[in-house]
Amino acid sequence: MSTEGVARQRSPDFSQSRRQPTIVKNSVRNRFGDRAFKLITLVMALSIFALVVLIGIELLGGSGKAIHKFGWHFLFSSSWDPISDDYGALPFIFGTIVSSAIALVIAVPISVATAVYLTELAPRALSQVLIMFIELLAAVPSVILGLWGVFVMVPWLRSHLFPWLQDHLGFLPLFQGPIYGVSMLAGGIIVAIMIIPIITSVSREILQSVPGLQREAAYALGATRWEVTRIAVLSYAKKGIFGAVILGLGRALGETMAVTMVIGNSPQIVKSLFAPGYTLSSVIANEFNEATGSLYPSALFEIGLVLLGVTVLVNALAQLMLKAFAGPIVKPQN
Amino acid sequence: MQAATANAPNHVWRKCKNVIMQSLTFVCAILVITPLVMVFYHLVWQGFTSINWEFFTQLPKPTGETGGGIGNAIVGTFILLAEAALVGIPVGVLGGVYLSEYGSTRLNWAIRFAADILNGVPSITWGIVVYALMVVPMHGFSALAGGVVLGMMMIPLVMRTTEEVLQLVPNGYREAALALGIDKWKSIIQIVIPAALRGIVTGILLALARVAGETAPLMFTALGNQYWSHKLTEPMAALPLQIFNYAISPYDDWHRQAWAGALILLLLVLTTNVGVRFLARDRFAKRKH
Repeated sequence: MSTEGVARQRSPDFSQSRRQPTIVKNSVRNRFGDRAFKLITLVMALSIFALVVLIGIELLGGSGKAIHKFGWHFLFSSSWDPISDDYGALPFIFGTIVSSAIALVIAVPISVATAVYLTELAPRALSQVLIMFIELLAAVPSVILGLWGVFVMVPWLRSHLFPWLQDHLGFLPLFQGPIYGVSMLAGGIIVAIMIIPIITSVSREILQSVPGLQREAAYALGATRWEVTRIAVLSYAKKGIFGAVILGLGRALGETMAVTMVIGNSPQIVKSLFAPGYTLSSVIANEFNEATGSLYPSALFEIGLVLLGVTVLVNALAQLMLKAFAGPIVKPQN
Repeated sequence: MQAATANAPNHVWRKCKNVIMQSLTFVCAILVITPLVMVFYHLVWQGFTSINWEFFTQLPKPTGETGGGIGNAIVGTFILLAEAALVGIPVGVLGGVYLSEYGSTRLNWAIRFAADILNGVPSITWGIVVYALMVVPMHGFSALAGGVVLGMMMIPLVMRTTEEVLQLVPNGYREAALALGIDKWKSIIQIVIPAALRGIVTGILLALARVAGETAPLMFTALGNQYWSHKLTEPMAALPLQIFNYAISPYDDWHRQAWAGALILLLLVLTTNVGVRFLARDRFAKRKH
């Protein structure tokens, strides 16, 4: 603002110069090119909003019939019966929440610990190699992880980890019942593998943005390296790391291919984590192309709408938290 | 003296804790990269022997017959990526230019926020949206719809990275250009964008690598195809779709091909990711740190 004011005050001096006509001529021509270019880029940037609106409209339009027929009941009904055209999303909502919760329970401690190791404790060369590997893991397509999950991970879980869990933690209802391999727990584990790179790299950025003074002050008090990390770094970065976790949750909720391949795809609500489940995204993946009639596809659109609503809310929360954390730290530096 | 003796065990315990926690975090870091190593190991182990000339050039054999290849899926993936690039690059790059070079703080905040939200939209949701948008009105699955959905997914990715690398270009470049009387738009096209070109290309390649592996959005748009197809109005095969269909099939020979296809897709994605690392050593990157 202030620089503009200065420019405006000085402009009369320039306008009185003899070259004024050419300057005006130039600026008229320039204005057109500048305006056109600015307009084009503006339209491209605004296309983001167009995409948001498009997604909303298409999903609402597609799910109109199901919304009209079932109303709010759709969210609380556990019937999924294409033959009698009766649909409810509860088993899928349940499956999505449970598999994401399992994923977070596994991924959060591992990711945060890894981020701490990479920023605070690891030798520089090693941490650079590890960071590259983690970024590559983030780039592995979901379908490839699913393929590996089906043919390598699930058989291993069935023959090793699940029986072990049943032997040692079998008193919990979570680990009772027959073991099939494909299960809610397998889905949760594969989602955990997919969100670990995201939570790790965002947490790492958060930890890196913690001011060095914070650490030095704790060292000066005679703290050990771990104490510095815990007291000075982690407690400072708590909110930001929480934002990273929520961001990971957003990814977990929408994860499709890998989950579809290992979760067993059975719409039921049971206590055992060894039992097959079904998620919002995998029911769309499995049934959308085979959905006939008008109500069946519409119900799947409504599932998509529920999925979109939840992921957008969770992602918006994560972005706001991360921006709120980045705000006070970035500003003093500028 | 008393204080010192009282402190001694405490001190030892603190040091022990320090070592324990350091080792624990190290173990976690190793745990994180274990799946990547395992996936890569199994893909090479199971898929490498199936990769031969026939695999790249032939069509899939009918159910029950062994052999054949996934040549059509490899070509299909590249055609879909070319379409996606046509949609995603111009919109993403120019939108990124707006965010970096023009725009008010408040509008830019809203656009960035919306782009970040779009990045988090599940890929399956994009699939059914484009199904409703293009497949239903066109009365059929098409490669065009497949390319458009991948392109739409690229837009927010490319826009955000373009904006970030343009911001790294020193303001002196812009000021020098304006001081010479060059129009702003010309200075952007001829000076600012070329200065950040490597970073922009990196962002584009990473976005392409990301959508190259997308399966869910293609299931309801490009659909997949067992034959050679070059028409954009017809269903088209794609590598991820083929891998998925083979993986969930009951045939051992198809499982073998799924592994081989996955190995090719992973190599494609990972070499792009590693390759851009060398490209990304941008001259302005150092100034930031």
